[in-house]
Amino acid sequence: MATGNVTFRLDWCKGCGLCVEVCPKKIIFLDESITNRKGYHPATVKDMDQCIGCANCARMCPDSIITVERV
Amino acid sequence: MAIVYRRSKGLTDVETHYCPGCTHGIIHRLVAETLEELGVLGKTIGVAPVGCSVFAYDYFNCDMQEAAHGRAPAVATGIKRVLPDKVVFTYQGDGDLAAIGTGEITHAAMRGENITTIFVNNAIYGMTGGQMAPTTLVGQRATTAPLGRDKSHAGSPIRIAEMLATLDGAAYIERVTVTSPANVMKAKRAIKKAFELQLEGRGFTMIEVLSTCPTNWGLTPVKALEWLNENMIPVFPLGVYKDITKEEA
Amino acid sequence: MAKELWKGNEAIAEAAIRAGCRCYFGYPITPQSEIPEYMSLHMPKAGGVFLQSESEIAAINMVYGASGAGARVMTSSSSPGVSLKQEGISYMCGAELPGVIVNVMRGGPGLGTIQPAQGDYFQATRGGGNGDYRLIVFAPANIQEVVDLMQEAFELADQYRMPVMMLLDGMIGQMMEPIEWKKPPVSPDDLPEKPWATTGTKEGRAPNNINSLFIDPEACNVHNKRLEEKYRRVIENEQRYETNDTDGAEVIFVAYGTPARLARAAAGLLEKEGIKAGVFRPVTVWPYPYEALHEVALQDSVKAIVTVEMSTGQMVDDVRIGVNGVKPVSFIGQAGGVIPTPREVANAALNALGR
Repeated sequence: MATGNVTFRLDWCKGCGLCVEVCPKKIIFLDESITNRKGYHPATVKDMDQCIGCANCARMCPDSIITVERV
Repeated sequence: MAIVYRRSKGLTDVETHYCPGCTHGIIHRLVAETLEELGVLGKTIGVAPVGCSVFAYDYFNCDMQEAAHGRAPAVATGIKRVLPDKVVFTYQGDGDLAAIGTGEITHAAMRGENITTIFVNNAIYGMTGGQMAPTTLVGQRATTAPLGRDKSHAGSPIRIAEMLATLDGAAYIERVTVTSPANVMKAKRAIKKAFELQLEGRGFTMIEVLSTCPTNWGLTPVKALEWLNENMIPVFPLGVYKDITKEEA
Repeated sequence: MAKELWKGNEAIAEAAIRAGCRCYFGYPITPQSEIPEYMSLHMPKAGGVFLQSESEIAAINMVYGASGAGARVMTSSSSPGVSLKQEGISYMCGAELPGVIVNVMRGGPGLGTIQPAQGDYFQATRGGGNGDYRLIVFAPANIQEVVDLMQEAFELADQYRMPVMMLLDGMIGQMMEPIEWKKPPVSPDDLPEKPWATTGTKEGRAPNNINSLFIDPEACNVHNKRLEEKYRRVIENEQRYETNDTDGAEVIFVAYGTPARLARAAAGLLEKEGIKAGVFRPVTVWPYPYEALHEVALQDSVKAIVTVEMSTGQMVDDVRIGVNGVKPVSFIGQAGGVIPTPREVANAALNALGR
């Protein structure tokens, strides 16, 4: 089972939710406890150890703010 | 751990002005990645349209020219004819390409200009606030068709990929979409094929990308992807409409 | 140097090639179709690019693209086709692109006629496109002058980074005259570099952008002020005009293009009738030689200023600005492709003198 790690550029995220929709492990969510400088709730991961590094999120991100690593 | 996906060098380090969830961002990325992977960023000139992507010249990491509305294929022709060894692309929306620019795109394709056109079809005029486009669906509401597009008054949407595929000068025409990671990957392959054929000097290539406009459709970004799948694909079927390499095989 | 007999339109095309232009886009329209025809054969022979575009709009946009990519490029058309180019011309001015645009004028408005006229003076000098821009507009009076001015047209276009228009009436495009090729041809290899052009970054420099969009109003204002400053330098340095027998004349004809030749003939008629008449001929109608005209008008001998045009009166506005009320200004003209006769013009002068 691949292990992945994703990083989001939180201050550029527009909270569109496409990454949330396409994550097969459903570990991305829009964090309503954070409001970035543009006023959006940025995407973030809960349970990073569930990440398989599939890069679905990065492929869908219209702002190209996701970096995906994989073992 | 190794990085398996990162932001492309073909994109500048500039935040885009696009609405949240706008598929322009995805399509920009695919073009940028393609140019980076083909190693041609240093010899590419892109032509930006008038529309939401009017500022594309700020987002692509290559020389750019801003064209008048609809004129990008003529501007691209001027560039490519004087610099035939460079990679030249136009990036146009449905107003730019399918309304005011129908003459220019048709003749660029007719001539087999060795340019690549990325046609972003979201069935509406985004930048100016949601007016009807030539590609707006019958019954779809727009600010200039408040009761929905009426076929008897304004006709039916125009299918550019099919139309241009009738021209001998068109080397590769495919219609794709970006509504899922799988579709995004197919779209990328299509875009890459188009640019590769340009590098081989095979003629005019165009990828029509069915896209969303969450803001003017009045839907969330995710619901907009669903609306596209359910309503646009039946009217604008995905697929390859012209492939010069298949004809020769 | 031997004289050669050339048709105007063909000489225009040949002059452009000799001026180092290796790129032409155009569309057929009477009375200038010989220009794209000549280019279709000779531009490729010279190693250049010729393309017949699908419209005049497409042609000016191809010029925009090629100019932005660093080439010396030309297009040509006639009045209705030049109307179509106005958007592209405005964009070229906004993006500060060089290029030469030839207008072989015919009668208008609308479809008009195919016969010669001068009805596009306002379009050329007052800007038919949107925004605060100017074009350098040359108004040659015969084929020799077009040919002599062509190299300068491309040079000024490159120097100031703005389009230059060659404004001629259809007569000059269609007639044949003996001319000399006075200047040695320019090689495109000898042209100065254009570091601002979109030639590909080679991943060694920041991307260049050819653009007229300045969406922030402050930025747009600054851009406009910069263009204004450029145009001020053009006004200071690039006015051209010619005078014939204006010293001590009683009547000053002001005319450009073919009417200037008519005015010379009219002056000849008047001389036989004992009236001294001279011709003030602007060679640039933008920048207009207002001060020079004013100087001529100020002479005590001058009683009347008669403007002659193949239109219902457009340049006469600039004549009034130049004369600035010091002497009476009148107008004689014919439109629709009708050309005034020297007798008509001489009579107009007699009228203006009250005789």
